[in-house]
Amino acid sequence: MIGKWAPRTGAPRTGVDKFLTLLRVLAVGLVLVGFAAFIAQEINTDNAFAQWANPDATGLSGAGFRGLVIAGISQGAMYGLIALGYSMVYGVLGFINFAHGEVFMMGAMTGWVTSTKLAEAGLWESNFIGSFVIVLFGSILVSTFLAVVMERVAYRPLRGAPRLIPLITSIGVSFFIQNMSIVLFGPATKSYPARPDWVKNKHTALQIEGDKIMVIAAAATSMILLWYLVERTKVGKAMRAVAEDAEIAALMGINVNRTIVTVFAVGGAFAGIAGIMWGIDFGSVIGHTGFLPGIKAFSSAVVGGIGHLGGAMVGGLFIGIAEAVGPLLILEPLGVSGVSQLRDAVAFAMLIGVLLLRPSGIFGERLRAEDRA
Amino acid sequence: MSDSTPAVEGATPLLEMRQVNTHYGAVHALKDVNLAIYAGEMVCLLGGNASGKSTTLKTLLGMVKPSSGQVVLDGEVVNDRSTAYRVERGVTMVPENRRLFQRLSVRENLQLGAYLRNDSAGIASDLEWVFELFPRVKERLSQKSGTLSGGEQQMVAIGRALMSRPKVLLMDEPSMGLAPALVKQNFELIEQIHAAGLTIFMVEQNANMALSIADRGWVLQTGRVVLDDTAENLLTHPDLRASYLGEA
Repeated sequence: MIGKWAPRTGAPRTGVDKFLTLLRVLAVGLVLVGFAAFIAQEINTDNAFAQWANPDATGLSGAGFRGLVIAGISQGAMYGLIALGYSMVYGVLGFINFAHGEVFMMGAMTGWVTSTKLAEAGLWESNFIGSFVIVLFGSILVSTFLAVVMERVAYRPLRGAPRLIPLITSIGVSFFIQNMSIVLFGPATKSYPARPDWVKNKHTALQIEGDKIMVIAAAATSMILLWYLVERTKVGKAMRAVAEDAEIAALMGINVNRTIVTVFAVGGAFAGIAGIMWGIDFGSVIGHTGFLPGIKAFSSAVVGGIGHLGGAMVGGLFIGIAEAVGPLLILEPLGVSGVSQLRDAVAFAMLIGVLLLRPSGIFGERLRAEDRA
Repeated sequence: MSDSTPAVEGATPLLEMRQVNTHYGAVHALKDVNLAIYAGEMVCLLGGNASGKSTTLKTLLGMVKPSSGQVVLDGEVVNDRSTAYRVERGVTMVPENRRLFQRLSVRENLQLGAYLRNDSAGIASDLEWVFELFPRVKERLSQKSGTLSGGEQQMVAIGRALMSRPKVLLMDEPSMGLAPALVKQNFELIEQIHAAGLTIFMVEQNANMALSIADRGWVLQTGRVVLDDTAENLLTHPDLRASYLGEA
């Protein structure tokens, strides 16, 4: 197959093209002016440019900035873990499984159930590491199972149908799981038992909170394991073969159905890990917890280039850091008020911004016409 | 069978189609097709566009299910068996347009050919054999197969099929999409593989070239076998020359 489009040199520029260029210039300009104002404030809040941009600005301390970046990285690592599931499923089946955010939520819910039980038994405080491992495996198990059942019940019967159909089905599955969690666990917010101090407090040498370290370490480990699985094992080779050409993969003797189930299982396991990370980091979970992180993880997968696994993680970090740092780095110096409420707006503005500049995502290949959904 | 009797009289065919009908929805793609391929043969199936050539191969491999009739592999009716089962029992295909995994390296493509095998020593020696047949492939092992030229891709596609150590190799339009200079070289290659002991069943539009190396062949017309003869007779058959080859 021919991988690239012919360059558009001869194509006439339309009004839409001009409008898009204008948007791109505006987006980049806004970021540049905001960033310049931030620098101006950091130099001296009284200088003329900083005063013009935002008279009330105070600047941001080095430690404050560092804290924001770390929070962004750990939040981004969580998005990245969830995004892997979106990206992998898109890679083999070519549709977005919008119910994947609910798999993450059910992972967090399972974690709440097991951690509460362990806390009642007194183990959560006395042996936090051991309990954490149990909680983690419980979540991985439930999330993996849920993802596999979802594939079998909701998506496999639709194999071969136009892509829009499984896509819409996934939205239905999403609502189903959300409501099922309310039926099973009730509609109230569930609080994880209190974490030991060493998890809550900053590590003395690194000056990073223990839970953030755990999240980042878990994401890094998962990424390495996934890389090994996909690039170095026979199962991974089968996954990549099915992603590229399922018919020929079957001709090689690969069991396409089993490979697709594996993809769902691995994506589910990562969502389960992310669910526990959420519980440890934020301490609570509710039936609709999966929605916003799910959508942001989907955005991360798109930003990184959907179908590209490294891209999913990079996209997650990009969105996480952007939404943590962006409000204070760009919006506040511009004089926008109440910036810390604008995290979500920044995250989705970043999605739009990246898509304006690079429609296929950071690592994405340009899609062939028949692959556009 | 009619006058195109194979070399070995009375032997069981390696691969056989008995009264096979295949439908795509309302389209009747194969009509009562009978084919028998014996061990050691080089046979070809000729026909114009949409005559059912590729469908025949897909039906033999189980990628398409026949609506009636039997597909027999090595004496066993395999109608309800998966493609993987049939590949394991010794049949595989070099698909039309080669269909390599473009984003995977040449090495990975070859390894995938041996996906169902566990005999690492045998796989290693077959890999050496592929390198012997195609020294160019060895130089390109770690390259992404999508970056290879058409001729090199053809070598990898044949190599990938050989890595499953088939008894019978199906080839779907092996000369399609190749530069004219490569077509002849390609047929020499097929002869070379055949000489190494493989049974080959080839589907081709390039009838002259295919019949020059095949023992016998069939001609399909809109899903029906209309001619069934030795390659020699087919080459001079007035119907074939008139309807299919044109004046060559």
